[in-house]
Amino acid sequence: MRWIDLAKIGFVLAMVLSIVPVLVWLERKVSAFIQGRIGPNRTAVFGMRMAGLFQPLADAVKFIFKEDVVPLRVNRFLYTLAPTLVFVPPAIAFTVIPFGNKWGNEPLIVADVPIGILLLMSVLSISVYGLAFGGWASNNKFSLLGGLRSSAQMISYELTLGLTIITAVMMAGSVNPIEIVEKQAREGWNIVGGGNLWLAPAGIVATLLFYVASLAENNRLPFDLPECDAELVGGYHTEYSSMKFAMFFMGEYVAMVTMSALMVTLWLGGWHFPGLTRLHEGPYHWTEALVSHMVFMVKMGLVLFLAIWIRWTLPRYRYDQLMDLGWKRLVPLALATLVVVGVVGVLTHV
Amino acid sequence: MVDMPVSPSMEIEHELDGDLGARRMIVNFGPQHPATHGTLRNVIAVDGERVVKIEPEIGYLHSGFEKLAEYRTYNQIVTITDRMNYLSPLCNNVGFALACEELMGIKVTPRCAAIRVILAELSRIADHILSVGLQAMDLGAFSVMLWSFIERENLYDIFEAVTGARLTTSYTRIGGLLRDVPPDFEVMVRAFMTKCARTIDEMDEVLSDNPIFVKRTKGVGAISAAEAIEYGLTGPLLRACGVAHDVRKLRPYLGYEQYEFEMAVEPNGDVFSRYRVRMKEMRESLKIVDQGLKKMPAGPINVDDPRVVVPLKNAHNFPSGGMEGLIYHFKTYMYGHGICPPKGEVYSSTEAPNGELGFYLVSDGTQRPFRFRVRPPSLYNYQAFPRMSEGALLSDLVATLSSLNIIAGELDR
Repeated sequence: MRWIDLAKIGFVLAMVLSIVPVLVWLERKVSAFIQGRIGPNRTAVFGMRMAGLFQPLADAVKFIFKEDVVPLRVNRFLYTLAPTLVFVPPAIAFTVIPFGNKWGNEPLIVADVPIGILLLMSVLSISVYGLAFGGWASNNKFSLLGGLRSSAQMISYELTLGLTIITAVMMAGSVNPIEIVEKQAREGWNIVGGGNLWLAPAGIVATLLFYVASLAENNRLPFDLPECDAELVGGYHTEYSSMKFAMFFMGEYVAMVTMSALMVTLWLGGWHFPGLTRLHEGPYHWTEALVSHMVFMVKMGLVLFLAIWIRWTLPRYRYDQLMDLGWKRLVPLALATLVVVGVVGVLTHV
Repeated sequence: MVDMPVSPSMEIEHELDGDLGARRMIVNFGPQHPATHGTLRNVIAVDGERVVKIEPEIGYLHSGFEKLAEYRTYNQIVTITDRMNYLSPLCNNVGFALACEELMGIKVTPRCAAIRVILAELSRIADHILSVGLQAMDLGAFSVMLWSFIERENLYDIFEAVTGARLTTSYTRIGGLLRDVPPDFEVMVRAFMTKCARTIDEMDEVLSDNPIFVKRTKGVGAISAAEAIEYGLTGPLLRACGVAHDVRKLRPYLGYEQYEFEMAVEPNGDVFSRYRVRMKEMRESLKIVDQGLKKMPAGPINVDDPRVVVPLKNAHNFPSGGMEGLIYHFKTYMYGHGICPPKGEVYSSTEAPNGELGFYLVSDGTQRPFRFRVRPPSLYNYQAFPRMSEGALLSDLVATLSSLNIIAGELDR
């Protein structure tokens, strides 16, 4: 292992873990704005309030010092394992996402795996076990219902997600995330067909499908049935408290971050933005690396903001309607897009 | 799991055997559950996500108001009525005052009637806007609930300016009101009306055409008109079934016949229809308030009847003042005198936000009622809840419950 790999691991971990509090803060501020409130603004460090930016920090301290209640007759092993299973996989999945162009000749990605996207998919699908275990192990009926719902929902929507990912992979002609982004930088973003304008409609549809499926994967409104506070109290995490709950909570946000990073990578050109970043031979200056990283972050922020906006506007689906939507609408549509991209791509010689 | 009796009547035990020898699950839905908005308890047997049987249990907020009222004088009972429907206390105040006045054969002054109508309609808006907001919240649209809360806060500001209290208003008195409205009342209400109309429109835009909201509410928790009448449903729930029933229209009180407004009637009897009825009623209430403000007559707010209202006791307003006034003053405040309706009984009902709010009073000629009984709309509306939701999904149960707008304080009294 080279020292630069360690540095990159450290950077990505710090980045993901520091986006989470900012995201929580953003969510609370945006929701406050939508609802005509002010939102958190009381926490201060040395008298600096920073518009409540320290609130997540205070929350984290609170979580750490709270009593960790384990209810009677739970399956202790699974009960403890569940939060970890929710939190760790999305964080691992971030390793195969390029968070910028190159620094010198060093690609800004933790693990340059040739089959990065496949790895990411397989790692991400582990987190459903966390929800299912959490719901099952807590010995609570509401949790059980939440766990059941989440397993069914995540498995159904993973299909759509996988199909749209295949579409993106077909457009780029590679499963290597770096190559996918470089292809988009050279020829055009996948959302507009990856350089082939005939594919633009399919690209837009597939991007939207991917986004909807990623909301469902992350249990965000309008698909937040597994937790569904009005019906299931807290869903699968009803019985969790203290840091275990915080792990579930953070895990959800990490998953959101990873999903939006994936969306940016697959569809929105990754670190590429015309005029700001460009692809060239030879070593890259550190400013280029920084700018490309900033572009990536801004894109990711916009995608995340959209998720927050949707969450505080829409009502949620019912369980059977969610399944209908997933299996009867999204999966056929995703399949159709896949076929269209394949056929049109061949006919127009991508 | 610990073996405990799960349901008060044990009837639900018979529902436990599902298909193929599987055991169904019993879920305790309340009294502490986010969707019950108060202390309602339902023991439900679920088969997966499907609700097989519901057994509501009431009484978690029983406060003995009816018995308590037998130990209070008539004007003191007004304070009890506040606590029943805590979303629209002014409607309860007005309903109770009307019952007493009917018992005593008193007709309030035109100004008093107009003020009562305006405040009752504002309370109706306060109730409906929160009810719609909570309904949206239970379906996941949290922001709508907070928008409605903003309007309710504005309304409570008005109530505070008028009555001195935000929730425990206790504004009516037998034969009149606690005091006249403040001089800037019309300005305040007009400012509120402009803002509220905009909020209602916003809520309408966010919810009415939202495919998710429509999917979640259309055809959910439906009940037919005939069944609704059998269950004794009233108010928005009955009107949502296509039955044109509104006490304000059918048996007008407080001069409601002089106001122009439409009855909101929807045909389907489902959650969406109830939502539509409430939205329309809010707009109609705004119209009534507007008319009331326009024609609010000047004059006294209390009737000139020394049996219920203490006359001034200075000599300037002879003959009701002076020596006679002093005598009435003495009589009113003496123990065993006060407001003593004649022997008899009365049932009087008004259109409260949730339906027909009836007060049944039996007087034995003393200053306290012999019997005080309330017909709370929530109790009758809640009875139909199992009928509406059995066989539905768990999520529909929540949608139905919030569309009923059950107020536990009124339900249990």
